[in-house]
Amino acid sequence: MYYLGLVVTGVGVLFLCLGGLGLFRFPDVYNRVQAGTKCTTLGAFCTILGVGITQPGWFWKTLIIALFILATNPISSHSLGRAAYKSGTELAEESVVDMAGEFDDYSEEG
Amino acid sequence: MSKVKSFFYLFSALFLIWIGFTTTFQPQELGLGLIISLFLSTIFFKTYVGLGFPPLGIKRFLFALIYIIVLFKEIVKANLDVAYRAVHPEVPINPGIVIINTDLEGDVARMVLANSITLTPGTFTLDVIGDHLLIHWINVETTSKEEATELIGKRFEKYLKIIFA
Repeated sequence: MYYLGLVVTGVGVLFLCLGGLGLFRFPDVYNRVQAGTKCTTLGAFCTILGVGITQPGWFWKTLIIALFILATNPISSHSLGRAAYKSGTELAEESVVDMAGEFDDYSEEG
Repeated sequence: MSKVKSFFYLFSALFLIWIGFTTTFQPQELGLGLIISLFLSTIFFKTYVGLGFPPLGIKRFLFALIYIIVLFKEIVKANLDVAYRAVHPEVPINPGIVIINTDLEGDVARMVLANSITLTPGTFTLDVIGDHLLIHWINVETTSKEEATELIGKRFEKYLKIIFA
């Protein structure tokens, strides 16, 4: 059981590392938010749950903490992306399409 | 009737979370949890109905369980997808912002949809405006609203429609 916990924690750490790498390599704010959300969700989930598996007494607590992270992580990324767009941060040059101008809230900006 | 039900369900959920946090079955811990759960659910069960949360039930619970499994599969896929893009030497991205429609009614249902989309591969929700969602897509496959709705939203909407019906 102890080693299973270590493996799960290790997988979580690996995903967190890859998320950090993504933060460096992606070109603009929005893609970086993507890396920051996706990898940290599973990364943090596995890391915390892995700790719970190595210490069985903590398992239910860690499960609840991990579920709270799962529920709140998308909200933070959503508000970061929205704030970036509202303040006029431009998309990377590779971007294909930007349909946000169709809304009144957004077309005035930029 | 539905108010009594939602009071009961809210109370059970709070009490279960309490047991999860304390992880003991000693009478005094359970008693304190009972008092706190009762207190909180008397205050909040009206707000809980007013927010548009569905009154819980067995069928909804089962669909929510299936939904969580589907969501988990998508989360793992999302992580592998972004990790692959991050380590690939050429950083194969094709980003853009698209709009999709949703048929879901109610703020809570839309919130759950928006958060689920954020957790799935290559997409995150920038804003919810009425029944449109503004999505940043890391690898744009189509620029038409209908196709994007089909690709991004539909896999969750069919479950959420039943859960929040």
